[in-house]
Amino acid sequence: MTNRTGTASALTLSLGLAAALALAGTVALGLTLPATVEQGEYSRLIAIHPGLAWASYLAFGVTAAASALWLWPRTRSSRWDLLAGSSAEIGVVFTALTLATGSIWGRPTWGVWWVWDARLTLSALMLALYLGYLALRRVPAPVDVRARRSAIAALLAVAVVPVNHFAVEWWRTLHQGRSLAQTTPGNDLDGIFVGVMLLGFLAMTLVYCWLLVHRVRVARLEDRLDEQSLAVALDERRREAVLAP
Amino acid sequence: MWRDAVLVAGKDLRIEARSRVATNQVAPFAVLVLVLFAVALDADRRVLEQAAAGLLWVAVLLSTLLAVHRAQGVESAEGTGDALRLSGLDPAGIFLGKAAAVAVQLLALEVLLGVGVVVLYDIDPAGLGTLALTAGAATVGLAAAGTLYGVLATRSRVRETLLPLLLLPVVAPVLIAATRASEAALAGDPLGAAPQWLGLLGVFAVMYVGFGVVAFGPLMEEA
Repeated sequence: MTNRTGTASALTLSLGLAAALALAGTVALGLTLPATVEQGEYSRLIAIHPGLAWASYLAFGVTAAASALWLWPRTRSSRWDLLAGSSAEIGVVFTALTLATGSIWGRPTWGVWWVWDARLTLSALMLALYLGYLALRRVPAPVDVRARRSAIAALLAVAVVPVNHFAVEWWRTLHQGRSLAQTTPGNDLDGIFVGVMLLGFLAMTLVYCWLLVHRVRVARLEDRLDEQSLAVALDERRREAVLAP
Repeated sequence: MWRDAVLVAGKDLRIEARSRVATNQVAPFAVLVLVLFAVALDADRRVLEQAAAGLLWVAVLLSTLLAVHRAQGVESAEGTGDALRLSGLDPAGIFLGKAAAVAVQLLALEVLLGVGVVVLYDIDPAGLGTLALTAGAATVGLAAAGTLYGVLATRSRVRETLLPLLLLPVVAPVLIAATRASEAALAGDPLGAAPQWLGLLGVFAVMYVGFGVVAFGPLMEEA
């Protein structure tokens, strides 16, 4: 494991295959969903949009948990720091995709690309929050300093999400309620839609896991490269010293 | 802890009183922002009147960035940060002191901006009690969050650009809640919405003062 130079393994291969299968199924089933009366062709976005949103929450949750594990002295290990950073990166991508697919859906349905409804505003704030977190991680610092700083920032970020939630929720509410809460009888989300949506959740979760394993391994390789280049530089300087008269 | 906080706050406020950066630069900047808003909105009295509360709090947020910058700036020059760390003061006290100093400056600034809004935007001051409570709770939250993120972003060469990116999404609830509470206060609070927003401001303030007291020590050690 420590001498690995690539990021592929049996685990990523099987995760990747499962993710590809689930995604292919989601796309195939999503495209064959019937167009609904109210939303027309765009209702099919339900196959991927809620799944993307779920994966972004999962990613930020993992970041928070890994950060807490790093801060807890008994479980402190650089692997939690790498996991937190990698997960946040993927979470940012999923949040951006959530906003993009939501916009594509909102344009024909609400008539505008963007409305200032509670959940959109919250997602946009969350995106900004974690972009800040990633920017903080890029600030050059010793590994331990970076880890502590990032872990505290991640916990602060996750703590402010509920406050943001209440603020924007009271501020305005237009978004339809939570997707799964709408599956009560008599609702227009019928079985096939729910099934495809749940498959979308599974697919996005698998994609997230697959990306995460690869990203953590890349981060570990980056750290190793840093260490090695330092050792190589030291070695060169020593040789120069020997050569010098 | 409290004694240390008073010491640090006194030190920071003395520096500000003597250097006059807050009065000569931050305060004129904040008023300038109010003027710029009026220019951007075409000095339409009705628009300005409707948006006054929001514009006021945006001006406060922008000034908070400057004040926090300044508060961290005095600790990064000439090794004063190291001196502060070696002084043996309680980190929680240092946090509370620095936040209190920022809060005092912000409160003074809010009074100035309030007068500015009344004069420039033609607002009838009403609901002064609610406004004072709003300003108090929002200021504590802004100062605490600002000081905490200030030390998080400090000692990095990209501090100027990093701090707004870190701080502004975090204080978004303060902007929303303070704006709504001020609007309600100015309108005589017909819907009774102000207490809800004040509560949110209070929760935010308590949360960030708590985080600061706990997290400031570890963050200061490493910087």
